[in-house]
Amino acid sequence: MSMKTSNLFGKGFIIIVFTLTYLPILSLVIFSFNSGRSLVRWSGFSLEWYVKLFQSREIMTAVFITFLVAIISTAISTVIGTFAAISLTKTKKALREISLSANNIPIVNPEIVTAIAFFVLFGAFAIERGMLTMILAHIAFSTPYVVITVYPKVRNLDPNLAHAAHDLGATPFQALYKVILPQIKIGIIAGAAIAFTMSFDDFVISYFAVSGSAIKNISIYLYTLKRGVEPTINALSTLIILVIGTKIAYDYIRSGKKHTEE
Amino acid sequence: MQKSQAFLPKEKPRKTHKKLTTEGILGIPYYIVLIGLIVIPILMMILYSFQREGTSVFIISFTFEHYTRFLSERQFVELTIESLYLAGIATLVTLMIGYPMAYLISRSKPRTQLLMILLINAPMWINMLLRTRALQQVFEMLAPNLLGSNIGIIIGMTYIFLPFMILPIYAVLSKIDPSYFESAADLGANKFQTITKVIIPLSLSGILSGIMMVFLPAATTLVIPKYLGNNRYLIGNLIENAMIQQGRFGYGSAIAIVLSVIIMGFVYLIKKVDRFQGVNVDEDL
Repeated sequence: MSMKTSNLFGKGFIIIVFTLTYLPILSLVIFSFNSGRSLVRWSGFSLEWYVKLFQSREIMTAVFITFLVAIISTAISTVIGTFAAISLTKTKKALREISLSANNIPIVNPEIVTAIAFFVLFGAFAIERGMLTMILAHIAFSTPYVVITVYPKVRNLDPNLAHAAHDLGATPFQALYKVILPQIKIGIIAGAAIAFTMSFDDFVISYFAVSGSAIKNISIYLYTLKRGVEPTINALSTLIILVIGTKIAYDYIRSGKKHTEE
Repeated sequence: MQKSQAFLPKEKPRKTHKKLTTEGILGIPYYIVLIGLIVIPILMMILYSFQREGTSVFIISFTFEHYTRFLSERQFVELTIESLYLAGIATLVTLMIGYPMAYLISRSKPRTQLLMILLINAPMWINMLLRTRALQQVFEMLAPNLLGSNIGIIIGMTYIFLPFMILPIYAVLSKIDPSYFESAADLGANKFQTITKVIIPLSLSGILSGIMMVFLPAATTLVIPKYLGNNRYLIGNLIENAMIQQGRFGYGSAIAIVLSVIIMGFVYLIKKVDRFQGVNVDEDL
């Protein structure tokens, strides 16, 4: 009896928290279809803001830059991070521990500290801020995430695999490409996914890394928007939410399949 | 491996040396990133934080003024206290909501657990500015007087940072062996005692990680005061203004150094608690 009431209480609590979490997101989506300019009062269905979104040169540029930076920085940080994880398992313990501690710095620090660090670095060496500094900053904060995702997978590999490949006549490159990488594929994909979302959503670090230039990603565009908010932003958000929602549903269904297969 | 190395001192070193170079090459780009983009910027910040304003970092002109400012400059001190106060309450609220959430999730069926963790993760993939703006929109609709108030900002911080509290606590709770609960019950503990004497002490490292991931990011946020505070200023906005508008490197660097030191304290504390529990799975053996 008391077990049941506490169960019910727990379920109610979970439902309330999820409702409150998703209510604002839902309202964002709903008002992207509003025919009026208001984000508070509903005046009828329309797709006007979606049309305006694709006509807005400024927003489209920001979207393009966001994707470009995310793709480039993810590709580079995934390669660097994966190689680093493989290399770290073979280096001396002291060096490995120092590296992994340094690796943790951008992960545990509040974003603003990392942002200030890049601002100071680019300022001190008089590097002109813009696209390049943004990509560099993104590589720097993404790589540590790739390393901590891939490293445990490499560590769990059987060390004899590489030896076996070597004994069977594989060059170190072949051993890496044909034996080690396929074994840690899941970790690499997970690391790349984290790197991509971190880059795609980043605001503070990018904002400091490009300050003074005209380069804007989606976050910087939103933050520096001078005139009042417009439903075009809701339309953009809805499209982003749609993509993320699809991905999550896909993940869930796929994991369900795996579950039943077992 | 280790043993054979001891028996074959002549052949082994050559082989390990060769291995080191192959794998060493793979690590080179990483060490460049690590040193060039993580370690050097920190050294630059430390230098700048002791540097008189307006001078190049390469000309030494030592000063403590950026640190003494923490005590002397009124606007700075007031904003810092206000930010820490708001973030502190928000952290407490996220803990009070996040802990029971994490607990309830960790006690449900595996498939439900997965779904709920996905649902908690999902909003974090949506841009933080968009989520804050979504909340602003709801405020405008339901309670416009909350915009600009302390409560509005605290709700905003709780809304944005709640997942960062739930996830680390859940990670620890889900690893606790369920037989502990049974043993506690067998030894005569009631449900309340089981929670306070067994579950909470075992999940202390998760709680500390959660606090670390919520408190300072909440205290230094730029976005929440802008959207939910009617352009109110908190410490993050002060840093933004000092660095980006005025280019005062020393000022921002000193703040960043102090924040980093606090974080290091947290990391140290978490490690200590973790070691004490013996549940640290990441340690090399």
